[in-house]
Amino acid sequence: MFRSLLFIPGNNPSMLQNADVFSADAIIFDLEDAISINEKTNARNLVKNYLTTSSVLPKQVVLRVNAYGGNWFEKDIELLKTGKVDYLLIPKMDKLTMEGIDRFLNHYETTNHLPETKLIALIETSRGVLELPDFAQNKRLVALFLGAEDLTSDLEIKRSESGDEIFYARSKIIYTSAANHLVAIDTPYTNINSSEGLLKDCTYAMSIGMKAKACIHPNQLEIVNKVFSPSEDEIKWALAIIEIHETKPNVGAFQFQGKMIDKPIIDRAKKIVEKAKKFKLL
Amino acid sequence: MKGIAGSKESNDCLITIETSEKTKIEIQSIVGAFFYEQILKTIEDTLTENRIKNVLVKIEDRGALDYTIKSRLLTAIERMKEDV
Repeated sequence: MFRSLLFIPGNNPSMLQNADVFSADAIIFDLEDAISINEKTNARNLVKNYLTTSSVLPKQVVLRVNAYGGNWFEKDIELLKTGKVDYLLIPKMDKLTMEGIDRFLNHYETTNHLPETKLIALIETSRGVLELPDFAQNKRLVALFLGAEDLTSDLEIKRSESGDEIFYARSKIIYTSAANHLVAIDTPYTNINSSEGLLKDCTYAMSIGMKAKACIHPNQLEIVNKVFSPSEDEIKWALAIIEIHETKPNVGAFQFQGKMIDKPIIDRAKKIVEKAKKFKLL
Repeated sequence: MKGIAGSKESNDCLITIETSEKTKIEIQSIVGAFFYEQILKTIEDTLTENRIKNVLVKIEDRGALDYTIKSRLLTAIERMKEDV
């Protein structure tokens, strides 16, 4: 479960040594786009030694590896042997990529006696968006992550503040995630100096069903965590609903604050409480 | 043969390694007064683990932690091996 995931370039020692103090639910150590071709080995060595020698690590470790089938992918995957990587973030995911990675990891895990690797799919191509229903059921997946910069580049369109141009992709990711019990992770807000813009973007993404958001700067975490957490009022409401339900477990529907409460609403209350506990808000 | 890795950014180090008649380690560090021995040990241990002998290692340290020094040295070694 995530609200916020913070990208850290894999070749930046200053950010690495602070990775555990940021308030992100997960840190994404980036070996892909943030790293120039000449520095791939350097970044991989740094992240590997950081993971294997640091006594305190972030709550959840995500590794963005280079593209499957490329020169660096197999070397990046070697970091799974550290036992410290919780999830791999796979760029440009589509049906063929998912099938190829699944086969590759099945063999790799058997050979190296590793547990099943869990994946976050980065959806950043038009093909990836269209093929979502074809691979979202893969048991390795835990989340779908919209990468709007690459997607809009693929579509040859500009990004806007309103995000109208990514509405279809956002919606498709949200619905596919909900249908497959995956976390829908929204694309980062790229203007790191606009907290007002970030708040608006987060609030909108959350209102249509995104469950988390990626961040590209630590100063974005506070707003993202706040927007994607249940509010105090929501938690109070959910606790009250659950309390009434537990005292009358055989009553299918009841009234609370003038509104009818039945199973879907009780389920929503349970999810709010679960989330509040997970994020230590209770 | 020579390999270079790292940077002079804060919390990083720039490491140069090249073949030499005997192993020699030169350390310049902003925290050398406190951590010279620890930096030296990290470099010596990494060279030993990788069976590297007869090299000159120069490090310009800007407060790098042990794992950063080790990582930069490993990359410099790889680059030295590729430098033919």
